[in-house]
Parts: sequence; structure tokens; C-alpha cells
Amino acid sequence: MSSAEINKNEVDIVIGALNADLTQFLTSWRPFFSGFHLIVVKDPELKEELNIPEGFDVDVYSKTDMEKVVGASNATMFSGYSCRYFGYLISKKKYIVSIDDDCVPAKDPKGFLVDAVTQHVINLENPATPLFFNTLYDPYCEGADFVRGYPFSLRSGVPCAASCGLWLNLADLDAPTQALKTEQRNTSYVDAVMTVPAKAMLPISGINIAFNRELVGPALVPALRLAGEGKVRWETLEDVWCGMCLKHISDHLGYGVKTGLPYVWRNERGDAVESLRKKWEGMKLMEKSVPFFESLKLPETALKVEDCVIELAKAVKEQLGSDDPAFTQAADAMVKWIQLWNSVNSSARS
Amino acid sequence: MLKDELDIVIPTIRNLDFLEMWRPFFEQYHLIIVQDGDPSKVINIPVGFDYELYNRNDINRILGPKASCISFKDSACRCFGYMVSKKKYIYTIDDDCFVAKDPTGKEINALEQHIKNLLSPSTPHFFNTLYDPYRDGADFVRGYPFSMREGAITAVSHGLWLNIPDYDAPTQLVKPLEKNSRKFDLPLRLPILYVDAVMTIPKGTLFPMCGMNLAFDRELIGPAMYFGLMGDGQPIGRYDDMWAGWCVKVICDHMGWGVKTGLPYIWHSKASNPFVNLKKEYNGIFWQEEAIPFFQSVTLPKECTSVQQCYLELAKLVREKLGKVDPYFITLATGMVTWIEAWEELNSAEGTEAEAPNGKNE
Repeated sequence: MSSAEINKNEVDIVIGALNADLTQFLTSWRPFFSGFHLIVVKDPELKEELNIPEGFDVDVYSKTDMEKVVGASNATMFSGYSCRYFGYLISKKKYIVSIDDDCVPAKDPKGFLVDAVTQHVINLENPATPLFFNTLYDPYCEGADFVRGYPFSLRSGVPCAASCGLWLNLADLDAPTQALKTEQRNTSYVDAVMTVPAKAMLPISGINIAFNRELVGPALVPALRLAGEGKVRWETLEDVWCGMCLKHISDHLGYGVKTGLPYVWRNERGDAVESLRKKWEGMKLMEKSVPFFESLKLPETALKVEDCVIELAKAVKEQLGSDDPAFTQAADAMVKWIQLWNSVNSSARS
Repeated sequence: MLKDELDIVIPTIRNLDFLEMWRPFFEQYHLIIVQDGDPSKVINIPVGFDYELYNRNDINRILGPKASCISFKDSACRCFGYMVSKKKYIYTIDDDCFVAKDPTGKEINALEQHIKNLLSPSTPHFFNTLYDPYRDGADFVRGYPFSMREGAITAVSHGLWLNIPDYDAPTQLVKPLEKNSRKFDLPLRLPILYVDAVMTIPKGTLFPMCGMNLAFDRELIGPAMYFGLMGDGQPIGRYDDMWAGWCVKVICDHMGWGVKTGLPYIWHSKASNPFVNLKKEYNGIFWQEEAIPFFQSVTLPKECTSVQQCYLELAKLVREKLGKVDPYFITLATGMVTWIEAWEELNSAEGTEAEAPNGKNE
């Protein structure tokens, strides 16, 4: 499948603008963004005007738009890195591709620029295989297949809910790790896409991600907010929490989550050591989250994504609420998110 | 590395010429050759290798009636080599597998990579999106719980293959000339056939374990590496390693050990006859549809604290649950029990030492 075969009308590229000047970012992505509709959502806490180069089919949303759609009190849900979720909310497309504004296209080992958008859509359009591990990774990619011993009944796969890409140069490491290994850069290009098996948990990064909005849109929840949340990835966990919810719900509903290609090239921003100075509560919250998700079972009756999110929020409040107020807030945000999703998307339909 | 702690187990029916190419990498290690088929045939082993060789007569002599658990006329017989080995680690390789080259053109020391995989921890409880975090240049990603970063002990290292991939017969028939290639394959240069990653297969997930290029910690998981009853007199073939892989994974999950897959690659040269393969696999294709849900739903009781106990429990469940699918599974379950009995006999402190009938070839 090449870019010529993707239906660009089915895709929205959603960019959260935490920086005002998107010139370098959008210019570098122009070859791969052109022909697509872009949704740029400005961090409501960003004061400066956005600088967006000409020639893109783009709609820009700022704090005023958020307040108009969801009300002033709910607009706080979309501050910082969570601003992109507003784009997810109001999009009308089947697929969303989202890339952080400090990333540019990567080069593959042959020196060609990687078309991350096309690769994400290809991942989403092809089935996932979460129920049995294929040792040659993605069986649907050209030149590969299911290996001997792979059950035939599982070879048609399941719908792919999300495609998690990776990063060359500055990988998505946490602050302590990057602070310890200041010079470490990711130079390893692993030429594979694979499905993360059902029941396996993973940290999903929001830096380079795509998903099937029609399938699982409501499950991408802007919920967990660190008390000291900042404007660099080292100071957030919103995507990791969102990813744990998304994976659990996907497993429950029988969808797949892929990881691997495409790579993006991630640039320097912020200072890991600086971020380390902040009390890193994200660490503690993750430790508490893991046993919760490990033992969580959504009721059989939760068949719609929205219901899954509500049930998940209930469980979070019951089981984690007393551990940390961040969890109670997350649970409340998840419920609020579904309310907003339903109201925005039903009015869009009528 | 580990030259006194690792045995290389090779099943063969014809010759071991392929060892010539492996010489720089294997010469330091002790080989256990398991000769399948006609025991009167003399297997030619290149000069300079330190080995012991067992043919069917040896297997019968050493195991007596318990030899019934070792397959005949199938490479599954290799597991006899695991049983008689006295080393901590095993590497097993097929005699049609050669040294591969990485994308830079450098020859791959598969054994060295397997050893690295086995000596570094696994991460079965939480998936790391940058794959093996213990490799040079890699690490745990943001959000990976700190309490899990010590990892689990690695029991198995499952390597892959370039050139002829390990496909089943139906796939071989549909895709006759395909090599293991990726979409950036350029014919004039070394194609990027190569996925530069090692990863842990998550707990609770089964996989198809191929025995062509496989290493494991024998002291840990050896008793579970029974390659079943295949070949002569059996209704099934080419499912030996699959069967072992399902048992091994269930037990590793139960014990909290890790199974890695990915690097190293070897070069698989020989495509077997797909029509012959179809005949062998035929029953397996249907039976695996029953076997896999069985393995996916098995829970081993907490009281099973050793691999042998786990394996005997599995054998019991195989007899109960899969015996209904076909009487073969009852025979197999018996074989599984016999295997453990034989393992205990040969490996307990008081057990009889297996006589090594052939020594060095200098």
C-alpha cells in the first residue's frame, strides 16, 4: 500500500501546539502532510499567536473555541499536552494521526524520509494479531507471513485500534533515565510493526501515535494530570495513562494495538535534569496503576467503548481513589470526557 | 563465552558438513550429536570438534523401555541431547542452517547473541516499546514501572531465520519462492531482511517456537523441552518444537521466567518439500485449533513449584482434556511422563551417568 492508495479524506492530522512557531515543524512535514486536513489545537496556556506557514488545509483551535464547545470550566481539561484531545473530540474523520510539535520526519537506513502518516494509516487499515504472537512480526506486510504453528483460525486477525510509532534521536525515555544517560540517542531502526499481545500492558507514548477514531475514539481519555505537570514530555503522564486505558479497552473489545514503525526524529527540548528536580510523582502513580490494570476486569455487558470508559472510571475511583487525588480527578475527567464526547458527536450528527 | 557451560545439540540424518562454516563460532564448544534414522550409517563430523554422538542404538541402550518417549525418524529426537547434557545451557541448531550476515555484511555470531540474550533479564510483565531494554543503546521508556525494571530471569532465547522462512506447508504451497524480505528490498545490495531487535514475549501470550535456532537454560527449563512424539509410527510431524514451545511458555509464565525472541538470525538454506510437509502437518493443522485454547486456559496449581511438577501436571491435563480430541494425545501424555521419569533418572545425583560412546575427533 502506498500513499496513493490511502484515502486522505478519512484522516485528520491533529497537532497539539505547545510552541507558537510551527514553521519549522510544518515545513519539514509538508511532503507528508500535504493533501491532508490538519487540526492544530493551541495549548490554552500559550499566550503568543501561532505562526503557521501557508499552503496547508488547516483549522486552528484555541482557548476561545474550546470554551465555546465545552464550556469554560471544561476547557481546563485540554491544557498542555492534552490540548490535542480537543482535536480528537471535534474531528469527524475515521483516522487520527498525532505527532508532537518537536518531531520531524526521520530517515530510514537507506536515507529516505519516512512517511509516518502513510505508515500509520497502513497499520490501522490492516488487521492486528493480538491473540497469538507471530515471530516474523507483522504477517500482512509484503514479504512476510504467518509462521508454521500459527493457528489458522486466528489468521484473519482483528481490527486495529491504534498504531504506536517510535522515535529516533531523542527516544521517549523518562527524566531519570535521560538525565543519567545525557548523551544517549536512539540510533536503532527496527524495521518491524507488530501487535502488542492481548493482556500485555505497555506504556503508550503520545509523541507519535495514530488511532481509529470511529472504533475507539472515546477511549483516548485526557484524564491523568500530574500536579506539577509541565510543558515537556518528561513532566507528563497523560498519554501513558490514556494508553493503559486504551489497551485495556481494546483487549476487552477484541481489538488490536500495534507498535513499531513508523519512526519520527525527535528533537531536543527541555532538560532532563531540570525535570528531575520536580518531585516525580508520575513514578508513584504508575506503580499504583499497574496492579490495578493487571487485575481489572471490565463487565461482559460493557460492549460499547463509551460504556467501557465509564466502567473503567468507576473502578479507578473505587480502587485507586483513596491512594491519590490524581486518580479521583482522572476518574471524574473520564466521565466528563464521555459526556462531552456524546454531546459533541451527537450534535454533529443531527 | 560460557564454553564450559553450554552444549550445542544437533540432530542429523545425513552429514555435518555445515559445521565447517560454523567452525570459528562453535569449535570451542562441546557438541552433542543425535543421529536419527539408520544407526548403521556413519555420520561424518569435520575434524577438530569435540563431540559425543548418540544413534538409536545408544538411545535404546541408555533409556531402555523409556526410549519410547524419544521420536524416531524426526528431528524431535534432538531432545535426547538435552537430557544427556550436563551443561547449564543448550543451543540447538538444524544441520541446514548456516552463518548469516547482518545488513553491514558482517557475519553474525548467533551463539554469542543467544548467550547475551540468556544472560540478560527479560521483561515479561510489561512490554517495552523500545524492545530489549538491556541491549546497548536501548532502555526502558517513559512510563515503564520502576519496580519492574530488574526484569525476570531469561529461560529461552528464540532466534530467527533469513532466506527460507519457517512457513507451514499450506503457506509454502501458496508462496513458493518467497524469501523473508521487507518492503525496502533492493536486489543489488544486501536486502534489509533483518529486524534488529530482541524482545520478550509477554506473560500470558503463546507463540510458535521454532527449534531451528534455539537456546535455553537447561538447568531452569530443560525438563519442559520435550519435543513430543513425531515421525515414525506417529500421526503427526513438524509439531515437535511447537508442542515444546506451548508447554515451555505456560511453565515459564507460571514460574515468572522470560522467553525472548528476535536476534540472532541464521541463514536457513533448505526449503523442505511442501507436499511431504503437508502430509506430516495435516493432523497438526486441525489439532492445534484445540491445543491452543487448551494451553491458553491452563492454570497450573500454586503447589507446582518445580518444572518437573508443572510438566507432570500438564501431562495429566493433556490426557484429560486433549485425549478426547484424539487418542494420540493420550500416547503423547504418556510420553511426557516417561520423559520426566527418564530425565530424573539421568539427571538426579544418584542416577546412572549416560555413557558417551564417541569422544573427540582430533
